[in-house]
Amino acid sequence: MTEPSTPLQVEPPPQIIDGRPIAVDVAVSAAAEGMDLTARSQWSYARRRFLRHRLAMIGLVGLIIVFGAGALANVVAPYTFDQIDLTNVLHSPTTAGHHYFGTDEIGRDYLSRTIYGIRTSEQVGLTVAVVSTFFGLFIGAIAGYYRGWVDNVIMRVTDLILTLPVLVVLLTVAALLGRSSSVWTIVAILAAFFWTPIARIVRGVFLSLREKEYVEAAKAVGAGDLRIMFRHMLPNTLGPIIVNGTLAVADAIIIEAFLSFLGFGIADPTPSLGKLVFGGQSYPQDWWLTVLPGLVLVLIVVCVNFVGDGLRDALDPQQRRVRA
Amino acid sequence: MVTYIARRILYSIPVLLATSFLSFAFITKSSDPLANLRANPRTNSPGILKHLAHVYHLDQSLPIRYWYWLQDVFVHKLGQSLLTSQAIWPDISVAIEHTLQIVLLAQVIALVLGVAVGIYSAIRQYSIFDYTFTSLSFLGYAMPTFWLALILQIAFTDIYLHWHVRIFYTSGLNSGVTSSTWSIDRLQHIALPVITLTVVSFALYSRYMRATMLDVINSDYVRTARAKGVPERMVIFRHVVRNALIPIVTVSALQFGALLGGAIVTETIFTLDGMGYFFITRLQTNDVYSVMAYVMIVAITVILFNLIADILYGFLDPRIRYD
Repeated sequence: MTEPSTPLQVEPPPQIIDGRPIAVDVAVSAAAEGMDLTARSQWSYARRRFLRHRLAMIGLVGLIIVFGAGALANVVAPYTFDQIDLTNVLHSPTTAGHHYFGTDEIGRDYLSRTIYGIRTSEQVGLTVAVVSTFFGLFIGAIAGYYRGWVDNVIMRVTDLILTLPVLVVLLTVAALLGRSSSVWTIVAILAAFFWTPIARIVRGVFLSLREKEYVEAAKAVGAGDLRIMFRHMLPNTLGPIIVNGTLAVADAIIIEAFLSFLGFGIADPTPSLGKLVFGGQSYPQDWWLTVLPGLVLVLIVVCVNFVGDGLRDALDPQQRRVRA
Repeated sequence: MVTYIARRILYSIPVLLATSFLSFAFITKSSDPLANLRANPRTNSPGILKHLAHVYHLDQSLPIRYWYWLQDVFVHKLGQSLLTSQAIWPDISVAIEHTLQIVLLAQVIALVLGVAVGIYSAIRQYSIFDYTFTSLSFLGYAMPTFWLALILQIAFTDIYLHWHVRIFYTSGLNSGVTSSTWSIDRLQHIALPVITLTVVSFALYSRYMRATMLDVINSDYVRTARAKGVPERMVIFRHVVRNALIPIVTVSALQFGALLGGAIVTETIFTLDGMGYFFITRLQTNDVYSVMAYVMIVAITVILFNLIADILYGFLDPRIRYD
């Protein structure tokens, strides 16, 4: 028996995959009661709003195509990223031999290098976003729920990090860890700094949520701290976290490109989009070396932003939409 | 207000000390200032190295080294480089001057354009003008700075190579030995970095201005003003724009502070001897104390401009009271 005043809400454990909420179909049919009513969960409303957001859908399709190509680089790319062809150096984009993006200074196919570059950037972006989101979530939840010294330490650390531009800190760390890093070193460095804003957000929401009646009720029934935190409070913070995590993908990709560009990024011969763009600087007359991988980078960032906007509108309907 | 400012400044002192100690510990621990000497067979003798380590306090413990460094910073204007034994201040002050010129120019242009476009887009919301500039600024915001800078550099290099016309130079600050700050030659050199920085800031400002304008336009007191018959021009410029400008002031103060520390990428691409370039080159040669000097100046600038932003905000919006 359900009372009409309480909305039917079966909350599935929300899963986050690529920063996208996968809402399991939770529409609970009330048909059994003889009514033809369908109660929808918050998540299914959010999903509908998201699916109807035109720009977000465009962004999502764009991301699937670009990231898909990157993930399947060894299938999609016409050549390998390090196949040298000294008879065909710095050739402009052509359909001959499938060099659609031209070739670089030692005749490597630039389209293939770009696709493999997408793969690297994609690895960095997605891992950094996922790792830092989970870490920030955990730390922020503890800080907001227990307050006390954890809270103090976290807030002071984030204060310190805020006194310096992120790029300065990252560059210093990357420089000191050595000139030739692997993908995972870069991921670790970025994730070490990306969790702070997420922790701050979660902490802020938790600080207000811990005073709510339902938390008190859960305590009264004897629920453990972990259960209260992750079962009851967490679902209420997921909106801003998912949005933030999505945008972190683009940020991480851009910052990795910055680091690679300034010579503190991923070691050769692994291509990344930032390194490809940078490689073109020495050959100003061969514009495609700079322009094309940069375009891919812009495409990724624009798509991620579209998806992030769509998620924000879908998950946080109270927030007034200021499309800037 | 005065007590507020005083308290903020006092509070920033421990933050600065903590930042500097942590960076100092981190930067000095992980690099060896004597590496070059060790690599050179003529200077690689235990006696020389030991003597130098003693002179520069490298044999001391970390807090003591930090203390010596801190003294140097205050007494000897940031001290001298361990790598070149040159004083750091003359180099970095020249760099500050160059960065200041570029950032000032770019910020003024971006602010004027951004505010104007933001106002117009908000008044004519959903017009073609609005759509064009909204998408342009979205693109400008998503575009990585280094890509834009490189495209400009390539374009103007190619123009020179093809037609032998020199519109803008694509690297450096002067073509001769030196040229004065506002000479045509200097302006031709800094045009491209200024354009790059302008585009990025313009995207930010016009988006922001449009959003806050729309916020204010839909507020009650604007409706009241219109209802009582105030001419539309008056409503917009007297009531809306003045209030919509408040957040922009804060944002631009923060942006300015952040940019002073480093248009790192832009300056590196155009090999322009400013703060960001100073930082990158010193970082690449492991010049520990120069990097520290840069870190300190940037930290102070950021803190200072945060403070300025907050003060301006309180000054412009009387609802905000600091005490």
